[in-house]
Amino acid sequence: MNKDFMNGNDLLGRCRGEAKKIWEVMIEREIYISGKSKEEIMGYMKGNLEIMKSAIKRGLQEDIKSVSGLVGGDAKRLRKYYETNKTLAGEQMNKAVASAMAVLEVNASMGQIVAAPTAGSSGILPGVLISAGQDFNLDDEQIVQGLFTAAAIGYIITRNATVAGAEGGCQAETGAAAAMAAAALVEMMGGTPEQALHGASMTIKNILGLVCDPIAGLVEAPCVKRNAIGAANAYISADMALAGIQSIIPFDEVVDAMYKVGKSIPCALRETALGGLAATPTGKKIQEKIFGSKTQN
Amino acid sequence: MQIKNYSAFDIIGPRMIGPSSSHTAGAARLGKVARKIGGKGIQEVTFILYGSFAQTYKGHGTDRALVAGVLGMDPNDENLSKSMEIALRDGLKYQFVLSDDEASHPNTVKIIMINEEGHQSEIVGASIGGGNILVTEINGLAVEFTGEYPTIMIRHMDKPGVVADVTHIMDEFEINIAFMKVFRQRKGEDAFMIIETDNDVPKKVLEKIRGLADEILHVYLVEGL
Repeated sequence: MNKDFMNGNDLLGRCRGEAKKIWEVMIEREIYISGKSKEEIMGYMKGNLEIMKSAIKRGLQEDIKSVSGLVGGDAKRLRKYYETNKTLAGEQMNKAVASAMAVLEVNASMGQIVAAPTAGSSGILPGVLISAGQDFNLDDEQIVQGLFTAAAIGYIITRNATVAGAEGGCQAETGAAAAMAAAALVEMMGGTPEQALHGASMTIKNILGLVCDPIAGLVEAPCVKRNAIGAANAYISADMALAGIQSIIPFDEVVDAMYKVGKSIPCALRETALGGLAATPTGKKIQEKIFGSKTQN
Repeated sequence: MQIKNYSAFDIIGPRMIGPSSSHTAGAARLGKVARKIGGKGIQEVTFILYGSFAQTYKGHGTDRALVAGVLGMDPNDENLSKSMEIALRDGLKYQFVLSDDEASHPNTVKIIMINEEGHQSEIVGASIGGGNILVTEINGLAVEFTGEYPTIMIRHMDKPGVVADVTHIMDEFEINIAFMKVFRQRKGEDAFMIIETDNDVPKKVLEKIRGLADEILHVYLVEGL
C-alpha cells in the first residue's frame, strides 16, 4: 500500500482515517520509501538529536566566533541574562530563543549541525524542541517523534514550495523551520494533527514576505537573529493552536501563497546580498572588510 | 529530472559542518569526488573557483571544505575546519585561483590534482544547493552526475559488450540501477560509464568490475549523500 502523501490535506486524511499522529504517518512513509526498519530510522533520528543537543550546549556555554568574526557569543549572552534576570518574555521562551541562536552560531563557526531544513535555519527546530523537552520533562523518544512531525511539515513544504532562501526568501527558509517546529510542539504537547497544521500555518503567515538579505552573503547576520524570532514564532503559534485558535487559511493554501510570494520577491532580496540589510552603508562596509581584497592563498 | 522522493533525512539532515550547505558541505563533497579521480597519493591540488565560490569562499570556509574533501573528509567531519593545518602536516600542497570566467552554475570549481606518480587529473563540478552537487567534467570529458545516489564511475575503452558485462554484475548483486549514462571522447576511444544506484555498492562489486577485462581502465565509487 502506498504510504506517501502529497500535501497537508492528504496527511490529515491519513491521520484521521487511521487515527494516527503525524509523526506515526511520517515514520510509516519513511519505512515505505527507504525499505529500512523502524528501529534503524528512529535510531538515525536519535543520532541527529544528539548532534543538535551538543550544538546547543556548545553555543550556550562556549565563546563562539564565526569564520568572518561577524557573529558569536550572543546565545551565551542571552543565557546569562535569563539565568540572572527577570525577563520580559520569560525564561522558557528565552531559553528556546537562545538555544536556536546557539546552533546558528556553532554553524557559523564551522561546527557540526544538522540542517533542519537548511543550515541557515538549523537553529529553530532543535532550539524549540530541546528546550520544550527540558521544560516539560519529555524524553528523547518523544522529541524524536517531534522531529518526525517536523519532517512531515518540511517535506510537504519542500515538495510543494521551497525551503531555499535563494528561491523563496527567508520566509521560505526560517519560515519552514519555524512551521516545522510549531507543528512538532503541538503534537508533543498532546495537540491533534489538525491543530499541528494550524500551528504551522499561523507560523508561516506571521512572517510571510520576509526577505533573505545576509550581510556579505554569509550565513551569519541577520540569520542568527532570524532563527531567534523563528523560535519565538513557533512557540507563540503552537500556543495559539493548542488554545484552539485556527488558521483561517488552510495549510496547503498558506504554503502555496508563501511560494508565490517568494517568486515575486526581487532577486536582490533572495540571498544575493544585493539588497536589504546587506545593501545598507554598514552592511556594505562589512562586506568590503571581509572580502575587500581578492587575495589568493 | 525526476521528482525526488524526499526522505525525512533530506529534511532533517544532512549532518554537516557549517555554515552553508552549498558553500561548505557541497564543496567538501566535490573535493571528495575529486579525490577518487585523483588517485593514490595526491601531492598537489589547484582549485579554480568561479562565480559565488570565487566571491565568498573565505567567509563560508569553502576553501577549508574543498581541501578537507580532497583529504577524504566527509561534510560532517569535525576536523573539516582544520583541513589546511592537516594538509600542511600531510604534505598536500594546495592553491586557490579565482576566475572571472562565467561558469554554467554560480558555485563552480575546477579541481586539478597531481598524484605521487606525477599523473595529472581534473574534475569540474558545481554545488547546486542543500549539499547536493553536479559533476560536469572529468579529465576534460563532459559527464553529468549528482552524487545524490551511490555512483559508480567506470573509465573504459569504447568497445561492444563492456556495458552489458557491467550491468550483468549489477544484476548478480541485486543492485538496482536508478540512472545510467555512457559518455565517450570518440568512437573506440576513452569512455565513461556513470551508474547511479538505489543500493549501497559493496567493495566486491567494484573488484569484480575491475577484473572484467582490459577494457576497464578505472573504477571509482562515490557514496551517496
